[in-house]
Amino acid sequence: MTALLHTSGLTKRFAKDDVATVALRDFTLSIEEGSFVAVLGRSGCGKSTLLNLLAGLTEPSEGEVRYKDRPLSGPDTEIGYLTQSDTLMPWRGVQRNVEMPLEIRGVPSAERRRVAAGLIERVGLAGFEHHYPRELSGGMRRRASLARMLAADPATLLMDEPFGALDAQLRRELQEELLRLWAEGGQTVVFVTHDIEEALLLGDRVVVLGPIGTILLDRAVELPRPRSADALRVDPAFVALHTELAAALREGAR
Amino acid sequence: MSTTDDLLTPAGRQEGPVRVALPRTWWQRHGSTTTVWSLRLALLVLLLGFWQLAADRWIDITFISKPSDIAERLGEWAADGTLWLHTWITVQEIVYGFALGAVTGALAGFVLASLSLVYRVLDPFVMALYSIPKVALAPLFIVWFGIEMHMKVLLAAATVFFLVFLNTAAGVRDVDRGLVDAVRLMGGNRWHIARKVVLPASMTGVLTGLKVAIPYALIGAVIGELVASNRGLGYLINDAAAQFDTAGVFATLVVLSVIAAVLNVVVGLLGKRVNRWKPIDE
Repeated sequence: MTALLHTSGLTKRFAKDDVATVALRDFTLSIEEGSFVAVLGRSGCGKSTLLNLLAGLTEPSEGEVRYKDRPLSGPDTEIGYLTQSDTLMPWRGVQRNVEMPLEIRGVPSAERRRVAAGLIERVGLAGFEHHYPRELSGGMRRRASLARMLAADPATLLMDEPFGALDAQLRRELQEELLRLWAEGGQTVVFVTHDIEEALLLGDRVVVLGPIGTILLDRAVELPRPRSADALRVDPAFVALHTELAAALREGAR
Repeated sequence: MSTTDDLLTPAGRQEGPVRVALPRTWWQRHGSTTTVWSLRLALLVLLLGFWQLAADRWIDITFISKPSDIAERLGEWAADGTLWLHTWITVQEIVYGFALGAVTGALAGFVLASLSLVYRVLDPFVMALYSIPKVALAPLFIVWFGIEMHMKVLLAAATVFFLVFLNTAAGVRDVDRGLVDAVRLMGGNRWHIARKVVLPASMTGVLTGLKVAIPYALIGAVIGELVASNRGLGYLINDAAAQFDTAGVFATLVVLSVIAAVLNVVVGLLGKRVNRWKPIDE
């Protein structure tokens, strides 16, 4: 396995008037191809900043991001990014939102419709193709966003607390769907969360971030797959990991 | 649990909202609209009746005329063609002025607001020009363009331009960064962002501008006619007032209101088409 995404000395400052806020400092991390990395951290530790940098949306103040051994200079269509907030176009129905990445790529409309219909079916939104985002519930919008990201068929998925705002049941379903997808497609996933259980349920490897992106713990998770949330909870290995991660998070807070 | 017969969603999908056909009677569908319209009509009849009654009984007819005289005057003018001639002139001025102002305003707003630095530089100048009462421009426009139709068209356009420009620019500048980033992530270039995000997102602003500007197109055209002209509804008002023909003045005002109402309906229809994605009414 080779490093697909690699950051070295990554620093991001946001300047406001004469003061710069440092969101991330000297952050170095390598992500292997095909791995599922959960990035765990409390809010405000630079997780979203990190993903924006990995996605090529913002430029680092210092350091660089390398994707496939090339410096990343802007958004790359091979990298899909599911942001924390919904960015569906409110004037487009579900189907036309899902078609959008293909539209920009110049895929013919018949093909677009076919791909979109398949994805909409897959995320369980069949029957709502022509609903506008405002007519959908938060969970349904999330599914539509997921479908839109998958329409571009990205090899790398960046996800920023994608299921944070959903109810527990729905979160569980979408987590399982994501794992199924990953198992089939072999994508590389960077999944940001503040939920220890979610990190352990999904990740091969958990990176715990402290303030301004200091790595508190970087640990492989060797729990057997497929993992079920209910079975995990009583697994001694899981409990041990959970304790370890919780301690690391507490450590960072001090 | 309801039976699956009345569910419009495909069978087996139980999560998320379920859509159910809602049988409604004619009155439930149209009841409130009917009530509102009947009340509007009743109010109009009441006002006209009171006016008719008050005229010459309590208030001198020279000042307020009366509905029956006004109707009579409209009938006369319609018969001898005066009405159509002048209305047609004014309508042309409004439409050309509105179209000219709206197109240039929307284009300028779209382009300038996308160029952040240019917009910042120009902003105070635009605001200064916008704040000039357009009536004050009329004498200058007469010098520049004469007293023919061009002058009224341009005066109407000048008013419309600023309203559409400012609203469009506000719409463009308010575009959600998240949506722009979403398109960048899909590999979209500047052109994609402009066409697929900024343009639809700014439509609300453009439409607000158009809606607000409509009465001003009318005002611009009529003021131009009032200042200097020999045709058009503004001229008709001037002419009637000069002869103390109050009925004539009111008759012209009626025509102007009808024109304004028709224009509002047109923009309303446009707004419905573009803003379908706004939250639906209960």
